[in-house]
Amino acid sequence: MKSASKFSWMTPVTTGLIGGVVALFLSLVGIVEASLGRYVITGILSMGQVFLLAVYAIFAVQAAQKATPEHGEKAPVYRTLACAAIAGLMISIVLALLVVVGEQIDLRGVFIHATPVLYDLLTFGLGVPQGIFVLLGFGLLMGILFGVLVLLPKALRKSIGVGLIAVPVLSVTYSALFAGRGLQLPVAIAVFVISAVAIFLWDRFEKPIRTRSQALPSGQQRTMRLGVWVLAGLFVLALPLLGSYPSEVLVITGIFVLMGLGLNIVVGYAGLLDLGYVAFFAIGAYVMAIFTSPEITWFPIHTSFWVALPFAVLTAMLAGAILGIPVLNMRGDYLAIVTLGFGEIIRLVALSDWLKPLIGGSNGITQIPKPTTFGLAFDNPQKLYYIVVIGCVIAAFIATRLKYSRLGRNWMAIREDEDVAQAMGIDLVRNKLLAFATGAALSGLAGAIFASKLTSIYPHSFNLLVSINVLAVIIVGGLGSIPGVIIGAVALVGLPELLREFAEYRLLVYGAVLVFMMLRRPEGLLPEARRKLELHEMSPDVAE
Amino acid sequence: MALLEANDIHTFYGAIHALKGITVTVDKGEIVTLIGANGAGKTTILNTISGILHPRQGTITLDGEPIHELPAHSIVTRGVSQSPEGRRVFGRLSVAENLEMGAFTRKDKEGIKRDLEHVYELFPRLKERRKQLAGTLSGGEQQMLAMGRALMASPRLLLLDEPSMGLAPILVDLIFDTIKEINAEGVTVLLVEQNALMALSIAHRAYVLETGSIVLSGTGQELLDDPEVMKAYLGMD
Repeated sequence: MKSASKFSWMTPVTTGLIGGVVALFLSLVGIVEASLGRYVITGILSMGQVFLLAVYAIFAVQAAQKATPEHGEKAPVYRTLACAAIAGLMISIVLALLVVVGEQIDLRGVFIHATPVLYDLLTFGLGVPQGIFVLLGFGLLMGILFGVLVLLPKALRKSIGVGLIAVPVLSVTYSALFAGRGLQLPVAIAVFVISAVAIFLWDRFEKPIRTRSQALPSGQQRTMRLGVWVLAGLFVLALPLLGSYPSEVLVITGIFVLMGLGLNIVVGYAGLLDLGYVAFFAIGAYVMAIFTSPEITWFPIHTSFWVALPFAVLTAMLAGAILGIPVLNMRGDYLAIVTLGFGEIIRLVALSDWLKPLIGGSNGITQIPKPTTFGLAFDNPQKLYYIVVIGCVIAAFIATRLKYSRLGRNWMAIREDEDVAQAMGIDLVRNKLLAFATGAALSGLAGAIFASKLTSIYPHSFNLLVSINVLAVIIVGGLGSIPGVIIGAVALVGLPELLREFAEYRLLVYGAVLVFMMLRRPEGLLPEARRKLELHEMSPDVAE
Repeated sequence: MALLEANDIHTFYGAIHALKGITVTVDKGEIVTLIGANGAGKTTILNTISGILHPRQGTITLDGEPIHELPAHSIVTRGVSQSPEGRRVFGRLSVAENLEMGAFTRKDKEGIKRDLEHVYELFPRLKERRKQLAGTLSGGEQQMLAMGRALMASPRLLLLDEPSMGLAPILVDLIFDTIKEINAEGVTVLLVEQNALMALSIAHRAYVLETGSIVLSGTGQELLDDPEVMKAYLGMD
């Protein structure tokens, strides 16, 4: 027991070395260099530098925390600081080695991003050898600074941490949305101070406010809750004011929210792992296209978005039920593989020469009109956004009602144990088909909106990656949780959309975030109460 | 009159002939136990009765009505409920929710409430822990929950599959006492057990299974006194 909790000076060294390798990786892969042009604070701090600073921050804090071994006595102040400083120094040493080696040998044959620009950045423009010393000193300083941060009282530490994160996040969002060049220094400072103070006050006063509001009579509580909802609603409705590009991003995010809500019913509620979910999205889109595009001459009906919409949803729903029949007896991995196959079949059929005369094969279907209502055309993303929002609200309402209904309980029981559920009197066939059909209907709705948003659809839009993305959205958000789907879609669809210019590195970051999430927060960002309990065993009671 | 009559049942797992002509009767108010080694087909019999499996040949009747072709969920509505092997509670549902699931097919709110109280009387531990997630219960508590859940269907016939599996001896005693109590209240019990000594001591009648066939049957006491049974299942010479 004692030996397990003993402190070793090797720990900060290894932690620092790992950090160094991460920093090295970021530098050589080119993320640092590519994002040099993008300022977080205009003219002062670039995105690339922020990435490297983040490495210093994360690993120095790690090392400082490890100065106090698990179950051990609290480390003395000097040791915490020393550990952080060692980690910072180690990171700098690794980077310095890169510069020294890079000066001697041209590394660009292997690492195309090992450019003089990178070396310049790492040596603060001072070159070898002065720059090396500055770099090492800088590492030491960063280590100590973040060591001090760890030593601060918890409330203060949290405020500063949140402030430090808020600046780059806000800056990147702002720059992406308005083609800005980062925040001006005074603005950045203001952002830091405001977010730090806000989080400090929130932590300080959240509990008292909550207890006091719970003490209010239920009528007033209801009014308050209503007020919060109205404010949230107004906020959501006001979002398109941000402009055309942000609305575009919001529409795409909304389409994923819709699909996520649907898949959440199939996977999150009923526990049926469906990897072919994109099929119903495709079916919804194609039905919408066939009903509305003037290109389709063989189809007798030509109608508007609103008339076609229920047909798209119903067709997708029917397809969901039909897919459900052959897979009724399959579980887990087998179900996943078969549904995956189904998704691919739909895409390949759409792509095939066989149906080419009908739905255009690889040329897809174009000239799908945008929705219009009473002469008002939803012809730009700002207006389309409202259609998506209405769809999402309806879907969220259905999903919430279903969750707490008898049907929802059936699904939950099936998810937990199919055999026992059946032995309790639950009709597996009916309930499973209903889950597939409901999920498919929402996906079809998303597909129909997607088709009229793009005005043209092609089979390659409906590949496996869409299914995987939707699955990632609901897992990251928190399986089974409705607010989780929204957060998940914003985090995995909206934010990456904003980082378009880092196209090459987007998937890298995406992957890293997913791995990190699964290790650190497997229940998702906004989990269902019961799943959180299961994974964290805080208090064994169901919080309701 | 027999409550349950299984007549010459043949059940298969794919090509594997698991039950080779089983005939079992359970009279109203009895505790009947099936004992036998691993793989003898005890659980298969219960699953065939409850409709999770279907016999390829033979008939099962409940109060004279054939049930062997019905799906599992409609057999429940006829008053047969099962506490499955290995307990299999709904781990992510609370204890109370698990019990509510047991009453899934019932519509009589009053009756459900009464039975819930009754289950809590039988197992006070469940009442203490009614808000806790079932997956966090101990093995014994999960067994109580599985039995309570089966009782919530207000069954005429209760199928218990290895209720003593993996439990401490003191809990085994408690579980068997409760089975007797439930039976005394008028519920017919068909009990599958590996703990043959305990099972035979509370059973009115018993069947001994070997590789899918019944090799011996009699009252609990008769089998306890049978030297063959003693040797094969009770480990006594």
